[in-house]
Amino acid sequence: MNTSRETPAAMGDNHWREVCGERDLVAESGVVVLLEGRQIALFYLPQQADRPLYALDNRDPKSSANVIGRGIVGQLGGELVIASPLYKQHFRLEDGSCVEYPDQRLRAWPVRLRGDRVEVFDSV
Amino acid sequence: MNSATSFNSVQTLIVIGNGMVGHHCVEQLVAMGAQQRYRIHVFGEEGQRAYDRVHLSEYFGGRDAESLAMGDAAFYQQPGLTLHLGTPVLEIDRQRHEVITANGCFPYDKLVLATGSYPFVPPIEGAEGNSRLVYRTLDDLDTIRAAASQARRGVVVGGGLLGLEAANALKSLGLEAHVVEFAPRLMPVQLDDHGGAALKARIEALGVGVHLSRATQSISAGEQYRYRMNFAEGEFLETDLIVFSAGIRPQDALARQCGLELGPRGGIAVDEHCRSSDADIYAIGECAAWNGSVFGLVAPGYRMARKAAAELCGQPCEPFLGADMSTKLKLLGVDVGSIGDAHGASAGSRSYRYIDEATASYRRLVVSADGKQVLGAVLVGDNSYYDTLLQYAQNGIALPADPASLILPRGESAPALGVDALPATATICSCHNVSKGAVCCQVDAGITDLGELKAATRAGTGCGGCSALLKQVFEHELSARGVAVDKSLCEHFAFTRQELYGIVRVEGIESFDTLLARHGKGEVGCDICKPVVGSILASCWNRPIMEPSLVPLQDTNDTFMANMQKNGTYSVVPRIPGGEITPDGLIAIGAVAKKYDLYTKITGGQRIDLFGAQLHELPDIWGELIVAGFETGHAYGKSTRTVKSCVGSTWCRYGVQDSVKMALRIEHRYKGLRSPHKLKFAVSGCTRECAEAQSKDIGVIATEHGWNLYVCGNGGMRPRHAELFATDLDDETLIRTIDRLLMFYIRTADKLQRTSVWRESLEGGLDYLKAVVIDDSLSLAGELEAQMQLVVDRYECEWANALADPDKLKRFRTFVNDRGGDPDIRFVKERGQRRPANANEPELIPLTVESV
Repeated sequence: MNTSRETPAAMGDNHWREVCGERDLVAESGVVVLLEGRQIALFYLPQQADRPLYALDNRDPKSSANVIGRGIVGQLGGELVIASPLYKQHFRLEDGSCVEYPDQRLRAWPVRLRGDRVEVFDSV
Repeated sequence: MNSATSFNSVQTLIVIGNGMVGHHCVEQLVAMGAQQRYRIHVFGEEGQRAYDRVHLSEYFGGRDAESLAMGDAAFYQQPGLTLHLGTPVLEIDRQRHEVITANGCFPYDKLVLATGSYPFVPPIEGAEGNSRLVYRTLDDLDTIRAAASQARRGVVVGGGLLGLEAANALKSLGLEAHVVEFAPRLMPVQLDDHGGAALKARIEALGVGVHLSRATQSISAGEQYRYRMNFAEGEFLETDLIVFSAGIRPQDALARQCGLELGPRGGIAVDEHCRSSDADIYAIGECAAWNGSVFGLVAPGYRMARKAAAELCGQPCEPFLGADMSTKLKLLGVDVGSIGDAHGASAGSRSYRYIDEATASYRRLVVSADGKQVLGAVLVGDNSYYDTLLQYAQNGIALPADPASLILPRGESAPALGVDALPATATICSCHNVSKGAVCCQVDAGITDLGELKAATRAGTGCGGCSALLKQVFEHELSARGVAVDKSLCEHFAFTRQELYGIVRVEGIESFDTLLARHGKGEVGCDICKPVVGSILASCWNRPIMEPSLVPLQDTNDTFMANMQKNGTYSVVPRIPGGEITPDGLIAIGAVAKKYDLYTKITGGQRIDLFGAQLHELPDIWGELIVAGFETGHAYGKSTRTVKSCVGSTWCRYGVQDSVKMALRIEHRYKGLRSPHKLKFAVSGCTRECAEAQSKDIGVIATEHGWNLYVCGNGGMRPRHAELFATDLDDETLIRTIDRLLMFYIRTADKLQRTSVWRESLEGGLDYLKAVVIDDSLSLAGELEAQMQLVVDRYECEWANALADPDKLKRFRTFVNDRGGDPDIRFVKERGQRRPANANEPELIPLTVESV
């Protein structure tokens, strides 16, 4: 099954797009979805009541390898971060900014759970 | 109010000389509240307030006069203290209690002479101007700099400590530098012949010419250079400038003028209170002679300064009874150290010598006739041995069974003598005479910061040579009092790995969440604490790492049970125990590699590494490998890697035991064992050691009677020879010993600490480790063995476990919403195999995406 080909949840240039189901996610960790050629890493923290789901670019700017979704989720100074598995630099889940290197930044997508479906807000 | 009474009795104290020692004396006086008793006037001949002469050569390395200055400029502006710079004292009138300067007469009640020394220039015909420079003051350095601006080559006469400093200065001014020494070796006072030779070799390697046994008879005009130095027998050396550094003489001119008693070889004679023959006049530092000797180092000068200050303030202070002339320094970037009786002059003394001609390193240890104490030492090339040797020498600490070990090379720096072993009287900082006891007092008084300790005691603020030792003592004393030295793992756990390990075991904790809730902060953890806790849980309980609660703890390599490479693909290493593999096994690996187009390479651990697999391919690859009989090789984990072996007695005409069989037994026993860092093993079938066991964490070498066990070796970045731990063990004893040792390491090592570093961090060293593991001095052996047996019993191949569980396989998808691979991964062919394409590589071969 290829869920990315399903009908968009809304029409127009900017819209919520369903990318996978809740059971595809891995608690306290990351998975990667493909959305029209773009790779998006989804991080799922079911114990975080205010916001359990985050979506960032999967491409690590330092190595140019698509590995962000395979890093370790953690907390630095109260902020949720993902550590890149290759060179261990940290990106904030909230906005994709890099803790160590301000010039590195990952795109952050709005993401939500709707029922048991995961949707990413795709804006051009 | 007692200020009125003290005002009436205020006397005048004059300090002549504002060098390091004179300045230190004033500091001590101020610290002792001397302004209650005295108005203090300080006279300095130079225009500059006291500066750090020890680091004078740095003036040419970019340091300016102000950065070399001692203390704050504001220091001399406090009430009751006046500094007269550029004001030489011309005479002392002892009858009238006056000193006479160009600016007038100043009466004194008490006088301190800290006039220092001056460079000795032998009378040589033709020495004048730029052929008669000296190296002592900042003004001298300015003169040398001016002379050097017109020069190509410079010569220093004198190969002692200061001479070599001067040569360094010339070198840093861009001159071709030479040293001419009258004696047959460099630093004749501090070094012996071998030490001098090693130093010469090192200095020559730096491009500095060294000319020994040369006495300059005259200086005349040169041909190639400005001057020509003429030696005996027609030898000569031409140069553009000459700096004399042939020793110092005490500056005792004022004492001679006013008739104070002098030492037999000059210097103002002083008693143990630093008092001269006139009870109102003290002399300290290099101008003073105690028992006929002048002490040309800063540490004894400071001690004399403290003594004189205490006398003047009526405070108790131990008498000055000579000084230890031990010294360590860096001359021209070369470490040189000299301790106590460096020449072995004491009756019956014996020496151990270590000579390395390849790197021009030399170490000599002089021990007492009974072999129990260190009397002296010489070090050239590596001063990391100095602190420990000095403590042995100064505190009369009993030598270890093998004294040579104190100077033999080690993989790491010389093992520090446990700070525990130092008595309270041990001097930590000799510049400021701070003992271990004084540090303890400050810790008792509540100091918990190293900076505060330094400010309070001044320890470590002189030559700085004691900094490392000071820190060790300080941290040791803090922790001995239960004050936490911050060794927190990360912001979520205020514990070390060892402490967390203990907590996990004692409380029987089996999950990260429980540990975090009970003993940590926050509710998530981070990429530091998660893998550490994951490793501890595995070492303790050995649950499959693919358990859902354990998955998020693992580094990507452990999570996907493969090694991530730079382009995000993985390499796969099946276990090949002992490096033994059947032809069918080889064919099976080859078939898998061929099918998935994996780059193959033989590893250093006698295995085969298969590179270039994408995440979603890993389960298929492992499915085929497991069918062919392979297990995971744990190349991705901080865990047992391989047991390398030679063929041993089965095939080899020299082999004395079946090394392959033992390697298989060891590998199967410890495979899957998680530890603070990776573990490598080897078994050699005879003493020829073809398996290179002595570079492994655990090395086993066959003997006629059994096995010799070597432990805590390492290859890689910091090689360390494994140490012989036990000899002629039978099979069962060997395994039992390894069980205990590895489990003890797992319990007590820090995170990511290899056995080699762990071993060096153990106070008590190898003997302690033997006591714990072999003699069971901690009564732990039974527990360690039982714990190892639990881990062994719970072993299962992680890949076999994962493949049997569809839920666990869910993670092995490059994309959870697409079956394809990562389209950005590109390869090129090289030498018949594919490898990752570089950024702009022209010949790209698109990856074929298999759709099922």
